Amino acid sequence: MSEGRRSADVIVIGGGIHGCSTALHCAMRGLSVILIEKDHAGRHASGVNAGGVRQLARHVAEIPLSNTSMALWHRIEDLVDDDCGFTSDGQVLVAEDEEDLGNCRARVDDLTLRGFHHEELIDAAELRRLVPAVSDACPGGVVSRRDGAAIPLRATQAFKRKAQSLGADIREGVRVTRVARDGGNWRVETDQGAFLAPRIVNAAGAWADRIAADLAEPVPLEVIAPMLMITARMPAFIKPVVILRKRKLSFKQFENGTVLIGGGYLGRAIRDENRTVLDWGKLATNAKTVWDLFPIMRGAPILRAWAGIEARMPDDLPVFGKSAKHEGVYHQFGFSAHGFQLGPGAGAVMAEIIATGSSNVPIDGLGIARFATETESAVHSAH
Amino acid sequence: MITIETIGQVAEHYDIAVVGAGPAGLAAAARAAELGLSVLLADENPAPGGQIYRAITTTPVTPRAVLGEDYWKGGALAERLKPTTTAYAPGCTVWSVAPDEAGGVELGLSLAGQARLISAGQVILATGAQERPFPIPGWTLPGVMTAGAAQIALKASGLVPSGRTVIAGCGPLLYLLAGQLAAAGANIVAVLDTTPRRNWLTAIAALPDFLRSPYLAKGLKLMAAARGKLPFKTGVTALAAEGSGTLTGVMVTRGGATETIPCDALLLHQGVIPGINLANAAGCAQHFDTVQHCWTPTVDDWFASSIPGIAIAGDGAGIGGAESAALRGEIAALDAARRLGRISEAQRNEKAAPTQAELARSLRGRRFLDLLYRPAPQFLAPPADETIVCRCEEVTAGQIRDTARRLGVTGPNQMKAFLRCGMGPCQGRLCGPTVVEVIAQERGVSAEETGYYRLRPPVKPVTLAELAALPPTDAAVKAVVR
Ligand SMILES: Cc1cc2nc3c(=O)[nH]c(=O)nc-3n(C[C@H](O)[C@H](O)[C@H](O)COP(=O)(O)OP(=O)(O)OC[C@H]3O[C@@H](n4cnc5c(N)ncnc54)[C@H](O)[C@@H]3O)c2cc1C
Repeated sequence: MSEGRRSADVIVIGGGIHGCSTALHCAMRGLSVILIEKDHAGRHASGVNAGGVRQLARHVAEIPLSNTSMALWHRIEDLVDDDCGFTSDGQVLVAEDEEDLGNCRARVDDLTLRGFHHEELIDAAELRRLVPAVSDACPGGVVSRRDGAAIPLRATQAFKRKAQSLGADIREGVRVTRVARDGGNWRVETDQGAFLAPRIVNAAGAWADRIAADLAEPVPLEVIAPMLMITARMPAFIKPVVILRKRKLSFKQFENGTVLIGGGYLGRAIRDENRTVLDWGKLATNAKTVWDLFPIMRGAPILRAWAGIEARMPDDLPVFGKSAKHEGVYHQFGFSAHGFQLGPGAGAVMAEIIATGSSNVPIDGLGIARFATETESAVHSAH
Repeated sequence: MITIETIGQVAEHYDIAVVGAGPAGLAAAARAAELGLSVLLADENPAPGGQIYRAITTTPVTPRAVLGEDYWKGGALAERLKPTTTAYAPGCTVWSVAPDEAGGVELGLSLAGQARLISAGQVILATGAQERPFPIPGWTLPGVMTAGAAQIALKASGLVPSGRTVIAGCGPLLYLLAGQLAAAGANIVAVLDTTPRRNWLTAIAALPDFLRSPYLAKGLKLMAAARGKLPFKTGVTALAAEGSGTLTGVMVTRGGATETIPCDALLLHQGVIPGINLANAAGCAQHFDTVQHCWTPTVDDWFASSIPGIAIAGDGAGIGGAESAALRGEIAALDAARRLGRISEAQRNEKAAPTQAELARSLRGRRFLDLLYRPAPQFLAPPADETIVCRCEEVTAGQIRDTARRLGVTGPNQMKAFLRCGMGPCQGRLCGPTVVEVIAQERGVSAEETGYYRLRPPVKPVTLAELAALPPTDAAVKAVVR
């Protein structure tokens, strides 16, 4: 490893889309940054995900962050000098029956009351116009028209390269082994020596619980391995990304004709070996859903299936914001299989919080304190 | 031997599943069955033999001299299986191999358009070698194919390339094939040898062992015989296939001078390398073998991989040739039986000892061949920018160099995100080694440091329909079997 700097204003742990985005936005704010990644940037969840850039069907606690992100996605090339393969043909939640459609209606009404208008209820005719190949039985759904998809590894690397070009020191192949207080600084120990900074960001994805535990902020993080499959090139037949609510499905055809099939079925993660094992029984169920919904897909050859290693929190919401215990510690992990879209915006908001102490984008409900155990929070409030 | 014809005849569980019915797989299956284990031998070809003994039981080529005496040895291996209880599944593609939660291994199989998941206590991958990719300008023209493909056509269907035929490249198989094709009546107008002259300097130290090697010295004779009869040109430093729409000739550079040899067929060959796709996708550790200059799964003395339950025998774990493949298959089967608790460690060692001695003897001299026939750098990484490297996605050497340079892409997995090479139906089988080499040369680092693709199952495409029809639960799987 080149010697180079050993201290900076901010040390980011983890080179996923979140770590890289935060590093970029910190650098844009004039902060000196070291980013430490044990493998290479985008090696894990951020490089192998479905690339779905989706505001549709998000938990309300995430919507402000998601909105901030979407604005950045729509000018991604200006931000990182690479279009990241981003296309915006919308995402459609297909209702499979009337009951499903009723739930869609309730959801859109609820969002309207809260002042969010990105989700739009559609009837059978509009659904057929947007997704002509979908089975006739579906009565409608919801569309989020500014949604789309991007190429995950390419996007993550673009954030990394841009951060680097603005002076961020990106250390790949360096593993953080421990973090500890060191006077006014945080001491980030690695397999290649220690680094110091007054502020650190824990963006270590599926490994973030270990950093949090070092900081005496243990979290109930579950390591999951969501699976995806991709087909050979098919004739173009669908533009938007399609998702379902009742059955698990996320479905997307790329411009080159290949079709990505996912929806969150889980394989097995062996995180200490960077390895996953697929569950073909579940992928078969995934394939069956496509068989039912898109008859055109029945003969499609499946070329590859894979899984990525991701962190899931018990409430399916990320841990985002300042540490509940320590000055200068920030958490940004636990994106529960929907954090790719949030990357650009979360980095911007995190850098703002680091640089200014706060942000106008509400992040209520995402703090790490929600996982403090009862005794811990009792001790905490007694202080 | 029981020949399996439909997927429903495959049992739910075997003690040992052997993938590939070449010499390593045939020997492993026979030995395991002789030890009383239940064995599945699955192979995607319609008949046993693998690459070297392809179609041994069915070939229409009857004059023994055409394919050479060694070819016919495969018959004995196939015969040995007959009296055993091995379940032999021809035409059966194994598209996934992975450790299961019960401590065994799960296999995904397809046979006649139907898929199935089964389990095995131990798996022996005997998927053999593949030809090293050899991209030159124009290699995608009709009329250009690999020498191995020509050999398959000869063994399986008795076909020889029509018209003026040129064979180009390097390695012992090149001479063998040239001899076989000539004997079968092909019109070979040139054999273009790209073996770098300076390879002799490094190889010569290993020559004594080679000369003492019983099997390989015989190959030398074969080689000399072929060279005597055929129009050889050595010292070839550059090649390009010419023609628009179809091949019309090959441009050859030797000693700084360039000439075009008109031809109707061009057969390319740059040695063989382990076929690692299944092992890689199963998660088996691999390393770069600097002598053979290729990615190789890492195995122990008993051919066990880094993943418990998965062993790799034969050329799939390092090129050793047919004789050694069969011996390695035997040894892997003995160790698998030991792992299953069917024989003791002492029994294993005792039974394996003679085979191990024979193996050492058969591999003696290998190093000489590896060093002598190591491909020249310009054939590992094509210097001409317009040369297509990834045939599935039509990615050129120039694009890969440019992406490595401009975007700082450091390895083949990152390259996928920009150029999609390695993401087509062959999953990098045809471009992987070249992509690694091009990136390594561009960055001035070793192939080892550059790394290799992380491959993903299904290693062979399976249709959505097949997958959707998979019995989803254990109970359902059982229902199908009964
Ligand atoms: C198959 C799949 C499909 C998905 N589909 C979508 C989708 O369509 N849309 C969407 O929005 N989201 C999707 N997601 C979720 C999304 O990919 C993740 O939420 C997001 O990438 C998380 O980014 P991250 O930066 O937090 O984590 P990661 O990308 O995992 O990055 C964390 C990094 O930290 C590094 N690290 C960990 N510990 C250490 C240490 N001790 N020292 C140094 N480095 C360390 C790791 O090596 C890793 O590179 C999907 C996820 C998967 C797995």
